[in-house]
Amino acid sequence: MGKTITEKIFSEKLKRDVRAGEIVVSPIDLAFVQDGTGPLSIEELEKLNMVRVFDSGKVILFIDHASPSPRRELSNMHIKLREFSKKTGCILSDVGYGVCHEVVVEEYASPGDVIIGADSHTCTAGALGAFATGMGSTDVALGMALGKQWFRVPETLRFVVQGTLPPGVYSKDLILHIIGMIGADGATYKAMEFEGEAIEKLSMEARFTLTNMAVEAGAKTGLIATDEKTREYLKSMGREEKYREIKPDADAEYEKTYTIDASSLEPVVAFPHTVDNVKSIKEAEGIEIDQVYIGTCTNGRLEDLRIAAQILRGREVRTRLIVVPASRKVYLDALKEGLIEIFVRAGGAVISPGCGPCVGIHQGVLGDKERVLSTQNRNFKGRMGNPEGEIFLASPATAAATALEGKITDPRRYL
Amino acid sequence: MRIKGRVWKFGDNISTDHITPGRYFHLRSNIQELARHVMEDADPEFPRKVKPGDIIAAGKNFGLGSSREYAPRVIKISGVSCILAKSFARIFYRNAINIGLPVITCDTDRIDEGDEVEIDVEKGIVKNLTKGEEIPASPIPPFMLRILEDGGIEEHIKKYGDFRLEE
Repeated sequence: MGKTITEKIFSEKLKRDVRAGEIVVSPIDLAFVQDGTGPLSIEELEKLNMVRVFDSGKVILFIDHASPSPRRELSNMHIKLREFSKKTGCILSDVGYGVCHEVVVEEYASPGDVIIGADSHTCTAGALGAFATGMGSTDVALGMALGKQWFRVPETLRFVVQGTLPPGVYSKDLILHIIGMIGADGATYKAMEFEGEAIEKLSMEARFTLTNMAVEAGAKTGLIATDEKTREYLKSMGREEKYREIKPDADAEYEKTYTIDASSLEPVVAFPHTVDNVKSIKEAEGIEIDQVYIGTCTNGRLEDLRIAAQILRGREVRTRLIVVPASRKVYLDALKEGLIEIFVRAGGAVISPGCGPCVGIHQGVLGDKERVLSTQNRNFKGRMGNPEGEIFLASPATAAATALEGKITDPRRYL
Repeated sequence: MRIKGRVWKFGDNISTDHITPGRYFHLRSNIQELARHVMEDADPEFPRKVKPGDIIAAGKNFGLGSSREYAPRVIKISGVSCILAKSFARIFYRNAINIGLPVITCDTDRIDEGDEVEIDVEKGIVKNLTKGEEIPASPIPPFMLRILEDGGIEEHIKKYGDFRLEE
């Protein structure tokens, strides 16, 4: 009997046959925390007298959530991270460098890796054929010090996506469609593997959007087999030597297989207050919107900014528009291509790389009864800093079209 | 481990943003203060109503969302002795066990607010004392039960110096 990608990665790490359902202690290739979770990790290591890291090149502290800091308490939490980095020599990714998940895929995650991060969207790196999963502060702290963690090897749900996404329909629409179909707990404790013609055609950037949101279906991670696109991506990041083939066996055992015809999909919108509350663009069109946010670890990459800029070019927005490139690299590339100028001329506010207003800390907190349409991954009540606000989720194209009209708009009208 | 207490009832999909909202992000530097807002976006009165030893009973997918370990921590600090739910989001479940907060998966439909329940954590049995009913619960995996009995992962590591999968 063959193995899933997850079983293959853990079998390789443990140098024996590992199957779904087993609890294993595995070495890890990368452990990271962010400014919302890292200070607690450090406190735990202090309590355990384990202020050390297993490999200073494989432990990263990111300052991305409240970045630059809007408050004294948060600035002091940042100091704690900087001091820990000085003490242990581990990597610090400071203000303006980018969202942890984007920096991790650009510079650190490689096929076959086991990665833990104290942030639920750590699963993003799964599109590179890595097993990457989010854990709490204490779990990641132990990983940072010991270089290993325990895992229950998850069963896998397979999503075979055939055909081609039609114009105006993106990987964000696909993953929202899947979450709407299986529910916000439809993949709890499981791994999700994405494959098929439509997935092969997606760029790496679009694939990261899929795996980023696996956790929104409750999954432990989302994974995609490596291919030439993976190689090209790693090459473009100066890491081609990290490429290797990671794919499931043809006779791998899946808990369930879902087949989706990409060509039948339309743009969709997740309505408040759960990610699985997904409706077609037709049902959403016309809903008035106060603020549009384009960015985050879900949709803040260069391709996303290009899609949005193409729609916004030479036009003016009717909502507030906030644009946050996911990383410094994305920011620089967007500057070079003239995308940032398009956003600014359209009336947008471009903010330095980081999580932006997604987490409700700063940079675009909603007012009472206000509605935002965002390219982020979550729309829980209170998520963007105000339980009286409403969050709608959609693709960068839908976001750009909505910003122009002041109400939720089908992006296909602007293609 | 036996736990007895009075129930506060919640619905499905209680997210970590309901439990510890992002607008209090800065209070993570002062967890006692953060805990004064526990479950505020699910029930604004909850922080004032909850008493030590109380139990939360919820619907499906409790604790979905962020990896923030503060979520189970503030619930524990508020005095809640155990959470019952039809299902838990995985990071929350693992975090709760890691900090020594019992989380029990069982059908909560017949448990109402104010009911008194008794839980046998090892055996996986929930008794609704108010209604005189016994509800079967899914057992906590043996390794996680050991972490819980050790008082959390920190105590587990102090005790063994490592992850101790086997007895």
